[in-house]
Amino acid sequence: MADITNQSLNEIIEKVKTKKISSTDLTKAYIKNIESAKKLNAFITTTFDQALEKAKQFDNKPNFNQLLPGIPLAVKDLFCTENIKTTAGSNILNNFIPSYESTVTKNLWSNGSFLLGKLNCDEFAMGSSNETSHYGNVINPVGDQLVPGGSSGGSSSALAADLTPATIGTDTGGSIRQPASFTGTVGLKPTYGLCSRWGIVAFASSLDQAGPMTKTIKDCAIMLESMSGFDEKDSTSINKKKEQYSKNLKDNIKGLKIGIPKEYRVDNMPKEIDELWEKGKKILKDLGAQLIDISLPHTKYALPTYYIVAPAEASSNLARYDGVRYGYRSKQGKDLIEMYEKTRSEGFGDEVKRRILIGTYVLSSGYYDAYYLKAQKVRQLIKKDFDDSFTKIDAILTPSTPSSAFKIGEKTSDPVSMYLNDIFTVPVNLAGIPALSLPAGVDEQGYPLGLQLIGKALDEQKILNIGYAIEKNCGFKNEIKKWWS
Amino acid sequence: MSLDKEKIKHVAKLARISVDEAKVDSLTKDLNSIFKFIEQLNELNTEKVEPLTSILNQSLRSRKDEISDGKIREKILKNSPKENEEFFVVPKVVE
Amino acid sequence: MSKEKFNYFIKGDKGKYEVVIGLEVHAQVLSKSKLFSGSPTKFGAAPNNQVSLIDSAFPGMLPVINEECIKQAVRTGLGLNAKINNYSVFDRKNYFYADLPQGYQISQYKHPIVGEGKVLLDMPYGSKEIGIERLHLEQDAGKSIHDMDPSNTYVDLNRSGIALMEIVSKPDLRSPDEVNAYIKKLRSIMRYLGTCDGNMQEGSLRADVNVSVRKEGDKNFGTRCEIKNVNSIKFMQMAIEYEAARQVELIENGKEIDQETRLFDTKKNETRSMRSKEDAHDYRYFPDPDLLPLKLEQKLIDELKKSLPELPDKKKERFIKEYGLNAYEANVLVSEKEISDYYEEVAKLSDKKLAATWMMGDLFAMLNDKGLDISKSPISAKHFAELVQSIKSGEISGRIAKEVFEIMLETGDNPKKIIESKGLKQQSDPKKLEKMISEILSKNKDKVVQYKSGKDKLFGFFVGQVMKSSGGKANPQLTNEILKKLLKG
Repeated sequence: MADITNQSLNEIIEKVKTKKISSTDLTKAYIKNIESAKKLNAFITTTFDQALEKAKQFDNKPNFNQLLPGIPLAVKDLFCTENIKTTAGSNILNNFIPSYESTVTKNLWSNGSFLLGKLNCDEFAMGSSNETSHYGNVINPVGDQLVPGGSSGGSSSALAADLTPATIGTDTGGSIRQPASFTGTVGLKPTYGLCSRWGIVAFASSLDQAGPMTKTIKDCAIMLESMSGFDEKDSTSINKKKEQYSKNLKDNIKGLKIGIPKEYRVDNMPKEIDELWEKGKKILKDLGAQLIDISLPHTKYALPTYYIVAPAEASSNLARYDGVRYGYRSKQGKDLIEMYEKTRSEGFGDEVKRRILIGTYVLSSGYYDAYYLKAQKVRQLIKKDFDDSFTKIDAILTPSTPSSAFKIGEKTSDPVSMYLNDIFTVPVNLAGIPALSLPAGVDEQGYPLGLQLIGKALDEQKILNIGYAIEKNCGFKNEIKKWWS
Repeated sequence: MSLDKEKIKHVAKLARISVDEAKVDSLTKDLNSIFKFIEQLNELNTEKVEPLTSILNQSLRSRKDEISDGKIREKILKNSPKENEEFFVVPKVVE
Repeated sequence: MSKEKFNYFIKGDKGKYEVVIGLEVHAQVLSKSKLFSGSPTKFGAAPNNQVSLIDSAFPGMLPVINEECIKQAVRTGLGLNAKINNYSVFDRKNYFYADLPQGYQISQYKHPIVGEGKVLLDMPYGSKEIGIERLHLEQDAGKSIHDMDPSNTYVDLNRSGIALMEIVSKPDLRSPDEVNAYIKKLRSIMRYLGTCDGNMQEGSLRADVNVSVRKEGDKNFGTRCEIKNVNSIKFMQMAIEYEAARQVELIENGKEIDQETRLFDTKKNETRSMRSKEDAHDYRYFPDPDLLPLKLEQKLIDELKKSLPELPDKKKERFIKEYGLNAYEANVLVSEKEISDYYEEVAKLSDKKLAATWMMGDLFAMLNDKGLDISKSPISAKHFAELVQSIKSGEISGRIAKEVFEIMLETGDNPKKIIESKGLKQQSDPKKLEKMISEILSKNKDKVVQYKSGKDKLFGFFVGQVMKSSGGKANPQLTNEILKKLLKG
C-alpha cells in the first residue's frame, strides 16, 4: 500500500470511512514516522499508548458519521490537555499536568479524533522561528538548516513532514500563517471569537486565536468546522450558528472583488515575493474576480502597535507563573519576593523576559498614555482601515511573509529584524479579522512561499473558497524529501 | 526616549524578574532598539481618536448566579511545588 | 433635642487641627457564586475547598461575569442615590502577592459601574451629607496565613474571586463619630437592599481609611495616609485618632508627612508604614482583554429601581408622619431593617409612641445585654405588643411591666397569662384605692400634720406607702389624684 501519511486529511478520512485503513494502522503509520523524525524535534510529548488505545476503541466501535473519524492528531503544546503534560514551550511549565482539556481540543476529540502528541513551539508562542522554545529548535523539513517559522513551528514542521495528518496552532501576530508559509502548508487564523480561548495558555488575550494548519484548503475547512464554535466559558466567544465550511466549499469566485493594498509592497521585498503576488492576482483575474487597488494607510504602524499591545497583555497574563500553585519554583529565595524573582528569572527564557519587561514598562505609571493608550488608538485606526475597505471589496490578497524560511540563528541577534517577519500578518490580528495563508509557489532555492487572503469578520467561508480556487490553479506541489529519516 | 539600566532594573522589579548583572548591557541595547522601532507611532496624530477597548462590538455576556464549581481541592493542589493537603505553601511573607 | 456644635479637633501647641477622612469601603456582594466563577461564596468552608481553576488562575482559564453581582452593584448604587453608568469597563490591577493568584485583580478603574452619589448622616449637630465618589466591582483576594509555620506562609484561596463592591467616599468625614455613623448608615442601606450582609467579623465589610489633617480654617487638604484594611468600626476610630495625632505632631515639629500606605496594628493600637507595599503603587491598570465592556440597558436599571425596598431615609420620614415619632426615635428604629420590621409589627397592635419608648428602652437593653440581634429576640413582636398594650390600657403600671418583661424572658409566656397568673393587675378601682389610702393616712397622722404645715416632700412618702401596701399594683396616676384630694381635706 502507498504511504498513507503523505495524503491529505480529506483523503485519509475517505479511506477510513471506506474501511481501506483502520484507525489503528493509520495511527501506527504516524507513530513510525514520528519515531524516525526525532531530528526535526517537532514533539515535546508523545502519547502513543493512549493514541493506540483510542484507535482500538474506534476500530471496535467505529462511528463514520463524525467529521474526524478515528483520526490521530498532534497539537501545539499551548493547548491544555487533560492529564497530559502541557509546557507552552517553557521551562516554567516543565512539569505542569492540567486536570482539564481546552475547549478547542475537546471539540476535536468529540468529532472522532484523538491525541498523538504535543508539538513544540516558541516559548509562550513568543517568536517567529521556534528558536525561543525551552525544548530546543525545530527543524523545517524543507531544509535541515531552516527554521519552520513560529510560533507554531512544531506544528508546521510535523505537518509538512507527515507526522500528523493535520494540526492546530495559535496565531497572535502570524504564528499560524508564517510557519504555514515557511513549510508549504495551509494555515488559517479565524475571526477573533470564533474559536474558544478557554484552556489555551494565553499570550495576548485580545489577539490570540486558535486555528487549523493543514495540507489543503479542504482539510482546513474540515478542521475549522471541527474546532470552532460558541463557548460560554469564554466571554469573548461569538455566539452564532455553526457553519459547514467543508460542505459549502466551492471554487467559483467569479465576480468577487479582491482588494490589493498598495502598502504591502514594502521596500527591499525580494522579487520572488512580488512575483508570487502577481501570480496570485493573475489567477484570480483569470477566474473572473475583479482586482481593486485599495489603501490601508496605517499598515506600517501595525507592527509597532503590536509590540506594545501584545507585550502589555502578556506581562499581565504571565504574572500567574509565580511558582506558587504549579510549574517551576526556584530552590533559591528566602522570602516570597525573592522566590518570585528567581523563579521567573530561571523559568522564563530571554525573549519572554524581554517582552514582559516591554509590557510592564508600557503600562507603568507615567508611560501608559505615551505607549499603551497611543497603541490602542492606532489599533482603532488600523481596524478602521479594514472596515472602510470591506465596504468595497470581498477579500484582500497579499503575500504572507516578506521572505521564505530563513536559516537557524540568522535573526536571533537582532530582535527587531525577527519581528519584521510578521509585518504582513500582524494587522489582521489587531483588527480581529480572519486570514489564511496558502502555498502558491517557491523561491529560487525552492523554498515555499505563501499568499495571504484576508476577509472581513466571520467571512471564513469566502476566503476558504478563494483559497480553494487559487490552490486548484497555482500548480504548487510540496516536494519534501524525507532527508531526516 | 531611551531606557537606562536603572529604569530597566526598576521595571524588572515591578515584573518580579531578577536580572542577571552580566546581561543588563545587552538587554538595554535590545530594549532600546525595540523602543526606537515602537516610537514610529509618534509620527501619528491620534488626539481625536478613541482608543479601542475591544474588537468585538458586543456587550459583556453574563452567567446565572449558580454554584457550579469548587470542591476540587485535590486538583487545585496537585501541581503545587510544595506539597500540602490543604494549603498552598510559600516562603514566609515579610510584612 | 438641642443641637450641639461640631467639635472634633486635634489640639496642637500651634493651634487646632481639623481631621479630614475619606473611606474606601469594601463590601462583599451577597451572591451564591463568585464574581467570575461558579465557586461558592459561603464563609467558613475548609481551606481551598471553594476554589475553581479560575480562582486559582490555572493557565488558559477565563472569567465569565455573574449577572447577580452586576444587579447587586446597581441596586446599591441606586440606594446611594448615585448615577448608574450604562457603560463600564473591567480593568486589571497588576501586583504580585501570594494570595493573588492571577498576579492581577480584576477591578474597575476609569469606568466604574456606579458614579457619584450621597449618604445622609444624622449627627447630634444636625444632618450631614457625605458625598460618594464612585462604586465599582472587583475581585477579593485569598488569605495568607502567617502564623501556622515559622518559615512558611500558607495560602487559602476560598475568598479569591468573591465579588466586592468598593464604595469610595469623598473626603467629607471629619471625626471618628462621623465615620461610625457613615459606616453604620452604609451597612444599613446595604442590608435593607440585601446586597451585603455587613458582617464585619466575617470580613464582609472592611475599609481603607484615608486620613489627613489641616489647620482649622485652611482650604487646602494636607498630605494623606491610607490605612489599609481595617475591619471594625472601633479599630477605624482608633486608627484615625492615632494617625491624626501622629500627623499633627509631625507638622508641629516641622516635619513632612509622607504619602504612604500604613497598617493599623491592633495589638499596639498604632499605625505603621507598610514597607512591602512601597513599590506596589504602580498597578499598571489596563482594560482586561478577557472581558468586554459592560453595557447596561436602561430597562434593567429601571426595573431594579422599581423593585427596590423602602430605604432608611424614606422609612424614617414615614415613621415620623405615620407613627408620630420624633426624629431621634425614628432614626433609631429604622437603623436596621429587622428593627423597623419588629417595630412596625408592634406598632400595628399597640400604642405607637409607647411601643417606640419601650422598644428603645427595655427591649434594646436586654438584647444588648445578651448580645442578640433583634431577629433572635426571645420576645416576639406580638407578645411585646401585648405588653405595651397592657401598660397603655392601665392594666399594669410601668414598674410592673418591667417585672412582667423579665418573666416573659424567662418563660416565653405571653404577658396576659403572666399578669393573670401572678395577679399583677393594677389596682385602678377608685373606691378601693380611696379606702386603702384613707387607712394609710390615719395610721400616719403625724406626717399628715407635717405635710399640711408645708413639708411638701412627704408626698413621696405617702405614695411609697400606698405602693408598699398594694404590692406595687396601685395605679400611680389615680393614687396621686386621690392622695392630693384627701390631703387637702
